[in-house]
Amino acid sequence: MTPYDVSEDVIEVVRSPSPSPVAGAYRVFGETLRGLKTTFARILEGTTTIQYPEEKTPVYPRFRGRHRLHRFEDTGLEKCVGCSLCAAACPADCIRVVAAENTPENRVSAGERYAAVYEINLSRCIFCGYCEVACPFDAITMGHDYEMSDYTRSDLIFTKEMLLADAIERTPLRREGE
Amino acid sequence: MLTLAEVNYFEPWWVQILKSLVIFAVIFGILPILIVYERKLLGRVQSRYGPNRVGPFGLLQPLAEIVKFAMKEPFRTATSVGYLFRVAPVISIITAVAALAIIPWGDVQHIFGQRVGLYGIDVSIGPLYVFALGGISFYGIMLGGWASGSKYSFLGSMRGAAQLISYEVSQSLSIVGVIITAQTLSLTGIVHAQEGMWYFIPQFVGFLVFLVASFAETNRAPFDLIEADSEIIGYFTEYGGTPFVAYLFAEYANMIVVSGIAVTIFFGGWLLPFGIDPPGWVDPFVVLAKILIVFSFFIWIRATLPRLRYDQLMSFGWKILLPLATLNLLVTAVLVVS
Repeated sequence: MTPYDVSEDVIEVVRSPSPSPVAGAYRVFGETLRGLKTTFARILEGTTTIQYPEEKTPVYPRFRGRHRLHRFEDTGLEKCVGCSLCAAACPADCIRVVAAENTPENRVSAGERYAAVYEINLSRCIFCGYCEVACPFDAITMGHDYEMSDYTRSDLIFTKEMLLADAIERTPLRREGE
Repeated sequence: MLTLAEVNYFEPWWVQILKSLVIFAVIFGILPILIVYERKLLGRVQSRYGPNRVGPFGLLQPLAEIVKFAMKEPFRTATSVGYLFRVAPVISIITAVAALAIIPWGDVQHIFGQRVGLYGIDVSIGPLYVFALGGISFYGIMLGGWASGSKYSFLGSMRGAAQLISYEVSQSLSIVGVIITAQTLSLTGIVHAQEGMWYFIPQFVGFLVFLVASFAETNRAPFDLIEADSEIIGYFTEYGGTPFVAYLFAEYANMIVVSGIAVTIFFGGWLLPFGIDPPGWVDPFVVLAKILIVFSFFIWIRATLPRLRYDQLMSFGWKILLPLATLNLLVTAVLVVS
């Protein structure tokens, strides 16, 4: 084993050569003025900030926001048949479906069964959209709402009624070419 | 007998008190607005708005912040030297405010049948008064850093003192050229001497040196190593609450003083170019507008240039700025004498 050699730890610092007087003067004044010009141009350019609560970024049509459950427009029956495929597809395990049989007196959905309980825990949801893909009846889709903050975790568990209700259009949709 | 500086003093006592109150009130009304203005202009440079939530155009932002600072617990480290720790920010702000007294806001006017000079006081030693108070204000920084009982504050204050002392030399020398040309130390006299041409044209080198040294003297970017916002290690690391506000206000008051001195000495004070001669009451607004322009330049520089390394700062101050200031002084002296 070789003894510890101090010289191995010395790091050579390579600095670029000092500029000539002319180049140095240019660096001091020319480059400084160039920098000042750049920053002044930014002032003239104006701002690019979006004043969030008043102005909102328009979302794309395929934006995956808060989920929505749908009904048939003609009959008013729920599209969801309680098959739990969305819950099976969900990687975050945030959907809970409890199915029940439709009866002639209490007909909720178009199929044999319906979702007696349909809950999405939005504090767990990762908005991947797999539930939408898995659904065979297009009963669940991803909406455009992204303003879902709340004060307690339990308020973030959305029930079937909340998901079925007409969503408040809080977020503008991006128009063609925007 | 050694006479003290002559003070051009002809007003009755109540006018003096009224004047000082008005200057104090106006400056302390403007200070928070300048703080917002700086943050808004910095925002514009970075393509954003800056504070615009509190009050109209965000003008009440500093008020909200001062309230927040005032509510804080008066914390100090166990190793701090209690008495000096409390006194240091007071020294800082008192010297800054005292220096405001000699900025001439206008010529002598006739108000209420009295002759009233639109300045706090017209001392015959003019700029020396500012430099003397600047010398005392080092104690605010040194004592603040030392009395904090923290080695980081101490290092910060040592760095700061070294910087301030090196740049004060160049700053003082750069003004001497103007004083030689004007042949007076009184600031109102210097303004009157500029009626033909503002001094920043014949004394351009002196003006540049003064400007650069002023950035260093007021701890502004690119010489803000004392404060170094992004590294936080400076002389007021241990300060919070109102003492911190005192330091902040002292810094901005110093900026007003330096801008005011620059306006007075190099930009003709209350004079307007092209032979425009407005009535006397416009003078303070002219000076204020000019100060605002110089202040905006300070902010513009802050938004543009990155902070210097400490060795760069020192070598720039001693190897470039000081010889340049001396050369400017020599050339001016030779030209004036010949």
